[in-house]
Amino acid sequence: MPAQAMHTSAEIGYNSKIEGDVVHTRLDAALNWFRRNSLWPMPMGLACCAIELMATGASRFDISRFGAEVMRFSPRQSDVMIVAGTVTYKMALAVKRIYDQMAEPKWVIAMGACASTGGMYRSYAVLQGVDNIIPVDVYVAGCPPRPEALLDALIKLQSKVPDRPVVKEMTLFSHQKETANVA
Amino acid sequence: MTVAEIAQKLKAHFGELISGPAEFRGEITLKLTDSEKILQVCGFAKKELGFTMLLDISSLDNYGEDPRWTLVYELYGCTTHQQHLRLKTNVSEEKSELPTVSGVWPTADWHEREIYDMMGVRFRGHPDLRRILMWDGYPYFPLRKDFPLAGKPSELAEVAFTKAAPQQGGPFVTLPGGKDTIAREPRVRTPEVDAVQTNARLERRRDVIGAHAPESGSR
Repeated sequence: MPAQAMHTSAEIGYNSKIEGDVVHTRLDAALNWFRRNSLWPMPMGLACCAIELMATGASRFDISRFGAEVMRFSPRQSDVMIVAGTVTYKMALAVKRIYDQMAEPKWVIAMGACASTGGMYRSYAVLQGVDNIIPVDVYVAGCPPRPEALLDALIKLQSKVPDRPVVKEMTLFSHQKETANVA
Repeated sequence: MTVAEIAQKLKAHFGELISGPAEFRGEITLKLTDSEKILQVCGFAKKELGFTMLLDISSLDNYGEDPRWTLVYELYGCTTHQQHLRLKTNVSEEKSELPTVSGVWPTADWHEREIYDMMGVRFRGHPDLRRILMWDGYPYFPLRKDFPLAGKPSELAEVAFTKAAPQQGGPFVTLPGGKDTIAREPRVRTPEVDAVQTNARLERRRDVIGAHAPESGSR
């Protein structure tokens, strides 16, 4: 019935009972808030740091308290690559390829001494820091770092996420795409 | 049957080819004078002497000496007499090649690939002599004594690259057998001082060997 329908839509449009629960915000801030609290990791476990990464994901340290429990072994569905362990030269280009396959926006945590600087391996076989091939957002000290340290890195990364003007990036991106299509 | 008796059997069969046996701390080492005969010796050791298992093959770089390479075969009679025997043989740098024993013990396949990868000694007749740790196309043999610890730059497009690692004043070398932890600890060591310390260490070692095996005399 038209009258009934009109009445219903009027209730949704304005309801005095829920007035106090409405939050005003900028779209950028809202989108970044969503992103920040569901950073899905790409677990790049390469050495013993991966054991601490697993501990971070397990119940005692519980990385899901920070919305990052969805460890995806597919780079297409992940936001942050956690490079946990020694990056050998044999593995280096594979790590870079996986990073390249991750969808934007993406971040990188270099977990432990080896991933950050090559660690104790000043040797012919080990890349001297994963930042030689991919950009790193947060470095975690330790050999291996405690799970708390990794969680701290995650929190630091979360505070870094809202720096991005999401809407501007998206419109810029679609604009670039359009101009590219025209060209 | 003890390993000494087995070693004598092997020696009796091959005669001049085998020198030794040398005994150190209850372990017997035989030296094979011609590395080309390693296949026959290993075949005989497995078939006739019951060495059913190859524990390991390792390679030594006697840099600055000739012959440069020493290959060490660790044999074990796993299901038979449960005795351990060590075979050593030298290979010159010009040749850098000897027959494979992967036909005798299949496990030798990967041991030999690792030695080829790290030292560059080739094994004739090996079914699949590729690098096992480094990638195909890596131009160096990194366990050789004349290869720097930091590595050397290399580039193989789409596969891998390497750079020399920063040593920050190193390489830091430990001195095994130093008289205390201060003498042993990793630090920059200059060749002259090293030579003095190494000589002192070798003197001590000879004393120790003399004290522990006075009557053998074969070492």
